[in-house]
Amino acid sequence: MRPQDILLPTAAGLCCKPGAFHIDPVRPVERAVITHGHSDHARAGHGAALATQETLDMMRLRYGENFAGSTQAIRYGEEIRLGDVTIKFHPAGHVLGSAQVAVTAKDTCVVASGDYKDAPDPTCTPFELVPCDVFITEATFGLPVFRHGDASDEVKKLLASVALFPERAHLVGAYSLGKAQRVIALLRAAGYDAPIYLHGAMETITHYYQSRGIELGELRPAKGMKKAALAGTITLAPPSATSDLWTRRFPDPVTAFASGWMRVRARARQRGVELPLVISDHADWDGLTATIAATGAGEIWVTHGQEDALVHWCQSKGLKARPLDLVGYGDEEESETPIQGEAEA
Amino acid sequence: MNRFAELLDRLAYEPGRNNKLRLITGYFREVGDPDRGYALAALTGALSFKHAKPGLIRDLIAARADPVLFGLSYDYVGDLSETVALMWPKAALAAHNNPPPPTLTEVVTTLRTLGKTEMPAQLARWLDELDETGRWALLKLVTGAMRIGISARLAKTAAAALGDKDPHDIELIWPGLSPPYLDLFAWLEGRGEKPVNRDPAPFRPVMLAHAIEEGDFAALDPADYIAEWKWDGIRVQAVAGRDDRGHITARLYSRTGEDITGSFPDLVPSLHLPGAIDGELLILREGRVQSFNVLQQRLNRKVVSPKLIKEFPIHLRAYDLLGDDENDLRELPFAERRERLETFVAKLDDPRIDLSPSVPFASWDALTAARANPASAGAGEDADAIEGVMLKRRDAPYLPGRPKGQWWKWKRDPHIIDAVLMYAQRGHGKRSSYYSDYTFGVWTETENGEELVPVGKAYFGFTDEELLQIDRFVRRNTTEKFGPVRHVVHEGDKGLVLEVAFEGLQRSPRHKSGVAMRFPRISRLRWDKPPREADRLETLERMLKAEPEEIEM
Repeated sequence: MRPQDILLPTAAGLCCKPGAFHIDPVRPVERAVITHGHSDHARAGHGAALATQETLDMMRLRYGENFAGSTQAIRYGEEIRLGDVTIKFHPAGHVLGSAQVAVTAKDTCVVASGDYKDAPDPTCTPFELVPCDVFITEATFGLPVFRHGDASDEVKKLLASVALFPERAHLVGAYSLGKAQRVIALLRAAGYDAPIYLHGAMETITHYYQSRGIELGELRPAKGMKKAALAGTITLAPPSATSDLWTRRFPDPVTAFASGWMRVRARARQRGVELPLVISDHADWDGLTATIAATGAGEIWVTHGQEDALVHWCQSKGLKARPLDLVGYGDEEESETPIQGEAEA
Repeated sequence: MNRFAELLDRLAYEPGRNNKLRLITGYFREVGDPDRGYALAALTGALSFKHAKPGLIRDLIAARADPVLFGLSYDYVGDLSETVALMWPKAALAAHNNPPPPTLTEVVTTLRTLGKTEMPAQLARWLDELDETGRWALLKLVTGAMRIGISARLAKTAAAALGDKDPHDIELIWPGLSPPYLDLFAWLEGRGEKPVNRDPAPFRPVMLAHAIEEGDFAALDPADYIAEWKWDGIRVQAVAGRDDRGHITARLYSRTGEDITGSFPDLVPSLHLPGAIDGELLILREGRVQSFNVLQQRLNRKVVSPKLIKEFPIHLRAYDLLGDDENDLRELPFAERRERLETFVAKLDDPRIDLSPSVPFASWDALTAARANPASAGAGEDADAIEGVMLKRRDAPYLPGRPKGQWWKWKRDPHIIDAVLMYAQRGHGKRSSYYSDYTFGVWTETENGEELVPVGKAYFGFTDEELLQIDRFVRRNTTEKFGPVRHVVHEGDKGLVLEVAFEGLQRSPRHKSGVAMRFPRISRLRWDKPPREADRLETLERMLKAEPEEIEM
């Protein structure tokens, strides 16, 4: 079977005709297979949703009980037959519950990796390499300038700044699903045991992580704290909140931002970030290219991000490669707006 | 080098002056000699070596990266040094074999002696050894493009804080020091004597004035003060001294101690007697002082051409004497220094240097009249280049900084217009949550009828309380958003009128209105005034006509 007969890009997202489902559809469909809980991949309104338990739980937290007609949970390593294909979930290492979806029809295996990273992360199951014939890769950081380095070194930078400016508050902008919890876990791993403060918009999802057994130490809401009491503390907030009215409750705040984009100075400066922390939940250039090579896939489909550079690289290595023109996916940064009413929390 | 790079990286993002100081002082405390000395030299612009050309950096990366990938990356990042620093391939050497990354000292001392042909290979070795930030800083350093918003003065202040010393003391000895400043750091850390300045023409920290307010006069006796014109030029210190062999060395310093002699070579021959003059740099044409706008055209030029020198003849108007030959006069009362200055200027007998005259007055009323009309009070034709009067206590010694009650500046009333707030933009640093940068406009008749045309931008002049008020107004009256900019309602009967004060006007083809303001600031919020009563462009054009004519270059 030709790979394009198994999976085909459509306006609603990647469509598997023989299996009668879409992967991460951006419009409501009959049956959706969802790789992870970020809002650009996990949307409400599908007839049926198949995903890991964690992803389904996160969707429920965000959209409410009736986010899909029916739901089905699948474990890593579990195989399910859908129409004429079998699908299997493998950890993607992106955020808690994130998965790659391997779709096999006859003797051809296509892996849709969703968003993934091959770097260590204490808050989720590590990325698993899945040998396949066609590998569908993201390209968020698909330029050789994106090399992310060790996230624990970035956290040391943050702690050094807290030590140097004990009378100031440190505000760390981080996506509320995944990045925030990872930064907290890294701070704990670096020996920081003081309470860490949370913006209101992060509380629900962070407590969910804790309920799944992720150790994050003592967390407190930033809301209701006296300004002076926040000196010398670290607060996690959605990126959009770190440059708004909300920051006025903090004493002379140092604005940090944990993101792979912080690798590029102009990007950081544009956002008014004073302490850029290069911590990414996406594979960097070295991670993307190493993973592509290791899957053994002869054909690579590249989605959302810097497709051109990655396609060029694949071709220069003798791999068949093409960009998949899928719309509606991007950096969580753009899609994340704090929930109304919590914006000033 | 990696630690220095980390400092530069952090400084590049930090907007606050005090925080910058702490970062630099922290670095000096943590890093030993001689690395920190070279860092101080790099921050003060005291390093000298032949810079690498961007072409060299391009060749290095071309030999190591796919040209298509480099092209896409460079397009995305937009900065050559940064692109190369980020995509430089990891060295293929075995881990145990890796040489340690170079120290800043090693980089600086090697660069000083490195031949042109050895440069590429040496740079490549260092780039292999450094981390991303280290590579970025190295490339910025070798290409001479370290723009991180740090003045030499700030770096010296940070060094002074290391030993709880007065930054002026460092300024004083600075010209006699050279990298890596071992003697300076020894003194700052209490391990050595204060270094002696052997520079024949050193800078002396300047004395500054306070702005006088209406209420201050009651406590002041006119008899205690000498008044002089406040010239609208550039405050400079012109110093000449004899070196070991008896030759005269002359230097011109800015008020912050920056050596600006190179920009004004035409003044050097006039400084032929040893001494230190405090005065104002002006352009004189046929004996008449030109406006600041004219002077500005001589500033910040890379090349000082003979044409420029001829068309913008430089002049020094002296108002104080800090040193006379070997004698330090700074402890003397101003009245005595002034007498010495008169003698000194007479002895110089040079057409490019003259004395700033005193303005005689018997009462504050008389001085008020003189300030209001300098032309009739002795300034004659030069009145246009006067921005107010200076008051100096007769008995004041020359004290660095801004000591209380010694010198006062009393500016002429600035130009004032009422303009309408049109757009607001978020500020930076502490102000990033506030809309604190304002674009304002005045009315003009267009083919579409009466319209506001933007005439300037201001981001200070208001109090913290007023900032909160404007911020609130902006948020509640936004009609559109373009990225960080908010379009604020501005119609005949809806909007906010700002009283804007400014120092001067210039024709500007870059502005839609055709005029540009010098030093605009918000002086008052006119909540009471409906926007339709704000000023018109014609008012500005009239003011422009009153400004001295500009010379086309």
